[in-house]
Amino acid sequence: CTSQLDQVPSYTANAEVVYRDPVQIQQSLVRLYATLAVSGQSGPDGQPDISGIGEDFSQYLRQYWSMQELASDEGIIAWNDGNLSDISRNTWNANNEFIRAIYDRIFYQIGLCNEFIRQTSDDKLASRGITDANAAGTIRQYRAEARFLRALSYWHALDMFGNVPFADESSSLGGTPPPQITRAALFTYLEDELKAIEPTLVPARTAYARADQGACWALLTKLYLNAEVYTGTARNTDAVTYANKVLGASYVLAPEYRLLFLADNDATAANREVIFTVPFDGNRTRTFGGMPFILHASLGGSVPAADYGVNGGWSGLRIKPNIVDLFQGFPGNTSDARATFYTTGQTRTISDLFNFSQGYLVTKYKNVTSTGRPGSSAQANGGDGNFVDIDYPLFRLADVKLMYAEALLRGGSGGTAGTALEQVNEVRRRSGATPLAGVQLSDILDERGRELYWEAHRRTDLIRFGRFATGNNWPQKGGLATGRDIAAFRTLFPIPATDLAANPNLKQNPGY
Amino acid sequence: ILAASPAVAGPLKPSRHRPMTTIAPVASGVVSGRVVDAKSAPLPGVTVIVEGTTLGATTNEDGVFTIPNVPAGQHTLIYSSVGFATARVSVTVLDGKPVQAPLTTLGENAQALSEAVVVGYGTQRRQDVTGSITTVDSKQFVKGQVTSPEQLVQGKVAGVQITTAGGAPGAGSQIIIRGGSSLSASNRPLFVIDGVPVTNDGLAGAGNPLSLINPNDIESVTVLKDASATAIYGVRASNGVIIVTTKKGLAGEAVRVNVSTQHSVATVAKYVPVLTGDQFRDLVLNYGNYQQQALLGTENTDWQRAIYRPAYTTDNTASVLGALGKVPFRASVGYLDQQGLLKRNDLKRYTGNLSLTPVLLDGNLRIELNLKGSWIDNNFSDQSAVGTAVGFDPSQPITSDDPRYAPFGGYYEFLQGNGQLVNLSARNPLSLINQRRDRSTVKRSLGNVRLDYKLPFVPGLSANLNVGYDVQRGRGTVFVAPSSASQYNRQGINNQYSQNLDNHLLEAYAKYEGRVLGQRLELLAGYSFQKFGNTNYIFDDRRADGSVYTPLTPTYDNQTQFTNNLVLLSYYSRLNYNVADKYLFTGTFRIDQTSNFAPSRRTGYFPSGAFAWRLKGEDFLKENATVSELKLRLGYGQTGQQDIGINSGYLPISTLSTNTAQQLVGGQYYRTLRPSFYNPELTWETTTTYNVGLDYGFFDGRLTGAVEVYQRDTKNLLFFSNVSALSNLSNAGFLNIGSLTNRGVELTANLDVVRGKKLNVAVNANATFNRNRITKLTLVDDANYVGQINGSQINAVGAPAGSFYVYKQLYNAEGQPIQNAVADLEADGVLNGSDRYISKSPRPTTILGFGSTANYGKLNLAFTLRANLGGYIFNGVRSGAYFAPSTNGTLGNLSTEILASRLANFNSLTAQSDYFLENGSFARLENVTLGYQFGSVLGKNSTLNLTAAAQNLFLLTNYSGIDPEISSGYDSNIYPRPRTFTLGLTYGF
Repeated sequence: CTSQLDQVPSYTANAEVVYRDPVQIQQSLVRLYATLAVSGQSGPDGQPDISGIGEDFSQYLRQYWSMQELASDEGIIAWNDGNLSDISRNTWNANNEFIRAIYDRIFYQIGLCNEFIRQTSDDKLASRGITDANAAGTIRQYRAEARFLRALSYWHALDMFGNVPFADESSSLGGTPPPQITRAALFTYLEDELKAIEPTLVPARTAYARADQGACWALLTKLYLNAEVYTGTARNTDAVTYANKVLGASYVLAPEYRLLFLADNDATAANREVIFTVPFDGNRTRTFGGMPFILHASLGGSVPAADYGVNGGWSGLRIKPNIVDLFQGFPGNTSDARATFYTTGQTRTISDLFNFSQGYLVTKYKNVTSTGRPGSSAQANGGDGNFVDIDYPLFRLADVKLMYAEALLRGGSGGTAGTALEQVNEVRRRSGATPLAGVQLSDILDERGRELYWEAHRRTDLIRFGRFATGNNWPQKGGLATGRDIAAFRTLFPIPATDLAANPNLKQNPGY
Repeated sequence: ILAASPAVAGPLKPSRHRPMTTIAPVASGVVSGRVVDAKSAPLPGVTVIVEGTTLGATTNEDGVFTIPNVPAGQHTLIYSSVGFATARVSVTVLDGKPVQAPLTTLGENAQALSEAVVVGYGTQRRQDVTGSITTVDSKQFVKGQVTSPEQLVQGKVAGVQITTAGGAPGAGSQIIIRGGSSLSASNRPLFVIDGVPVTNDGLAGAGNPLSLINPNDIESVTVLKDASATAIYGVRASNGVIIVTTKKGLAGEAVRVNVSTQHSVATVAKYVPVLTGDQFRDLVLNYGNYQQQALLGTENTDWQRAIYRPAYTTDNTASVLGALGKVPFRASVGYLDQQGLLKRNDLKRYTGNLSLTPVLLDGNLRIELNLKGSWIDNNFSDQSAVGTAVGFDPSQPITSDDPRYAPFGGYYEFLQGNGQLVNLSARNPLSLINQRRDRSTVKRSLGNVRLDYKLPFVPGLSANLNVGYDVQRGRGTVFVAPSSASQYNRQGINNQYSQNLDNHLLEAYAKYEGRVLGQRLELLAGYSFQKFGNTNYIFDDRRADGSVYTPLTPTYDNQTQFTNNLVLLSYYSRLNYNVADKYLFTGTFRIDQTSNFAPSRRTGYFPSGAFAWRLKGEDFLKENATVSELKLRLGYGQTGQQDIGINSGYLPISTLSTNTAQQLVGGQYYRTLRPSFYNPELTWETTTTYNVGLDYGFFDGRLTGAVEVYQRDTKNLLFFSNVSALSNLSNAGFLNIGSLTNRGVELTANLDVVRGKKLNVAVNANATFNRNRITKLTLVDDANYVGQINGSQINAVGAPAGSFYVYKQLYNAEGQPIQNAVADLEADGVLNGSDRYISKSPRPTTILGFGSTANYGKLNLAFTLRANLGGYIFNGVRSGAYFAPSTNGTLGNLSTEILASRLANFNSLTAQSDYFLENGSFARLENVTLGYQFGSVLGKNSTLNLTAAAQNLFLLTNYSGIDPEISSGYDSNIYPRPRTFTLGLTYGF
């Protein structure tokens, strides 16, 4: 009977088996992409990736989006769950469960990437009998993708948390807690890492929704553009260099702004603008976070939700007047197609955090196709109207154009003020906005507000422009209805108390 | 039948001796007899009564009694006297002839001492027991409508807290012994049913797998509490062991039939105090905004009264008991049909039970065969209606002719302007109930054969073999009409589920009983193999019309089912050494191997040792008339816990995603493979128990009981803990980390207040004081880490597990809470999560049980009263009912307290403040039973008893919700525990 003590469940895959089989290795790689889109192995919930918080609230993209939007002058949420309102008030602390959620998702993803990279080294593959050159070559490419996804999440960590725990594939599982890396050292690591994988990744626009060289360049541009914040040293010329690589590839602005945010944005001309995306699907990729959250929570009040291809609004998100005011003349006199605000029954200003009727609604995303058909799991198509087909554009060409212009205006070489203006105006012209006669650095922040709101860039942008903690007020900032300055240390989020208690190597960010 | 037996002090075995069939009786006769003590000296003053009659007499100085006019037939005489064990003697009275009862010897009241007590792997004399063991037999059980076995002993055993999940038929219970030694691992005690240790796994479709055992078949429930008693069960014993023994026939007994039927009506004892439609309208019109006012309706609907009903229950058992030749047997069938208070909620149970207990080969081979089978049909209704009814807008009607509601079955629902349902809003409670059919059929069969063979040639050596199985099947279907608002968006549900539990047991032990150095020695050594299989099936997710909504996802190995197995392989031994009935030594040792852990981590060693000094056996007490028993017990031991609900958590495995968690890459969708958290170092948690006990008896056994003091230290807790980022494949998982302590005192007293010919009154009382404290939780002692926060509760070092973690509410001069004002405990000018403090604990500091049985002639009365003191409850029903500023197009009803406090627009701070923390102390009259024995009115030698019982007749508490007895401590609406009135009739012949 002693042999009975070794019970191996047959319905799960043993690591030894998985990493012997190129098909299962691919499924393991694809799982790394999935971390951004789902929250566990049974969409929309069940078999969760992390514990301690609901799958819906803690989903990676949802929390990344919320931190970038709610902590900035863009978004506000009426819900009163736990300490959620502390994000909108910029009064969070190390025990905030939503900060913990994004922190845990980021490091969950990095841990998963490390495991994949660890298990697919040439040595390990050979020891498991994968010696075929083609297969090994393909898996080497997978590893580069895994390293890109790891770099992407490390960038999120670097941007939001500063000095963070660090481990790569050379560490072992279950061992001692990882050391803390400085923000500057992590920057260098990411720079080296992305440059190292650049030649191995597939060329830009080889395949949709795959981490390719274009995604790598876009991320390097982001890193360099924010280098001064991250390391104290500006790297604007490098930002121009990598933005140029994107501009030189075959990306094309979508003919219409709205196409970027529709259910068929993977299939229309919009996909030529998209550099890296988080795909969602009403039937196959389900979550109550991610895109379904961004769309549902933005709807409510008198908005007819069915027009947006979902079964109803969740009455949460509104936009702060700061962004609305960037569109001069709205709601009347603006030709800018990007002003997708819904005003009926809503006030422009916000004095009460929890009153959904305060603040305009954002109707940028629609779970209908460019020809007006509802998404695949809309009620009209036999679904329940909870899930959506809109792929979330993480990096897109317009963003890179604006980054390119900004890097030049910040003193980067590799272009002129004229090319900077041209890139900005290309973006403006696409949406029917009047071209600018000239462009200054401060114009870029406003233009990014107009072009990229509701796309999770704002917090990082405000910090880079020095307008996050001070010099820029928004409703509820600092816990005051009319807003007030906040301490500079809040440009970083605190490392969650849960990890400080689990890892003696960690030091809290100053101020918390 | 139970109520008909005379009240006798002490834990007596229930009577199985029934009058036998009659021999041509005509009139009556005189019965006389003589009673002596152990030294053959005559015993005066002994009460002798004829069972089931008012006839009786008292012995004279010669120990002689005479009872005239005893009806012809077979009778049982009951001899009782203070300080002596009660005896029962059968006599047959023939027409007009005097009968001489056999000379009867009454032993000193060693009844309680010599009685056999069930222990792990065997029995012991009560006086030899060195551990902390409490037995409750059927006489002392809670009476009335009891559906699940554990409820029989609620309030009866010191140190055992049993909390039902609510009042639904067959609802589960939380059972905590001595404060619970685990945190994330199971805190459930091990149940051993007729020698078969059963699984802790739940069964799909069964609220409580234990409810598949018919309580009417149970003879006794024994609770093993300290390590000296439990350590022989090793890795499953840390939270105590509960041994359930069913009724069995006795050798030589005449065949006797018993039929009992019981009928109950149950009602809701209390409703949550919420506003009426008129009060609600008034409030919204005065204080609401225009959007809220526009939503008001014109009705006065009491949703709570609309979803409940008076519930009827019938519980019937028929049994045959006796001996056929050399084979004692008992067979029974049971039928229970129990309605829940919630409409459309009911449970039907069919049970069958057979036991055969022959003794063969000149008494050398004892065989015990137990077979139990049961079948439950559940109709669950939609229990989410319980909470929804509390908060649903009372100004709206249940149904409406307005065509807007026609798509939803005519039920009122919150609609948007365009006629679509409001998202994320509550749904009409009656629609939830009436448009859902949620049924299950669960079956269980539990059986074993035990062979106990006294080996020839070696005196005192015996071998015992126990082979058993426990098979459970859960099947269920859920149908929700497409018009139900709750599932309208997906056009209803038509789903099924299925689960199998298959458990196997093989045990063998050898026992030697003999004398070493002139003293009694018992040695036992055994082996046990157990396999617990748990199989779940996967089905398509279907719409009401049967079309597939989401196709099932096959498993990694392309099956539509998956099985988890737990295997336990164990060796155990025990030594008992008894020196002159004064000094008693017990040592046990168990080795367990569990498949839940890696090979190098799976073997656990669990020793225990105990010493008892029976002071009564010493010369200075032997002759003492006041002290009838005094025994001091010291015990020490280690037990384990391995049940974390996860099998094979030590293996590096990957999980395949479902079809709805696919990922698009490069134009193709993939099901993904995710590596799971694993911990190859995982091993059992260890609880070390120290126990000091004192068993006492005074006044010839009229007052008996025990005092116990214990400390239980658990280390290497199987704690579902945060792990440091990047160190494993999730943010949390099971680690062996942390420790906790339970300390407590238990008091038990049984007192025969009156022992008389007609009137007997006995009371029993128990008290438990337990303090639970977490002593370590993390790898690093970080001052900023407050603990593992779970909503409004926390596991934090220095506090009891599950303590409340809340804000400090601020009050105005009039003592009214100030809206949205809580104390800035951090004093940093910002109110946030860190301004909470660790407040009270939901755990009662004191648990009291008090019961009494009294009989006067043919009348008897029994009750059980129990109280939990010092525990706190967070009233989530109150805190959740506030005036929502949300404009999502719905209104929610409010607690009536808003009429006085005017509190509205709580932010999350006030809603989590200590304003809603209430003292949950209560006293509940668990049951009162009044019985009457008619005797043989329905035929010679027959018995007929009538009982009337009331359960939950009153609940004394200051708690403002409907019931403070909530195991988690957080009141988020509980299915009301019914107030039940039961009439029962038992007929035996």
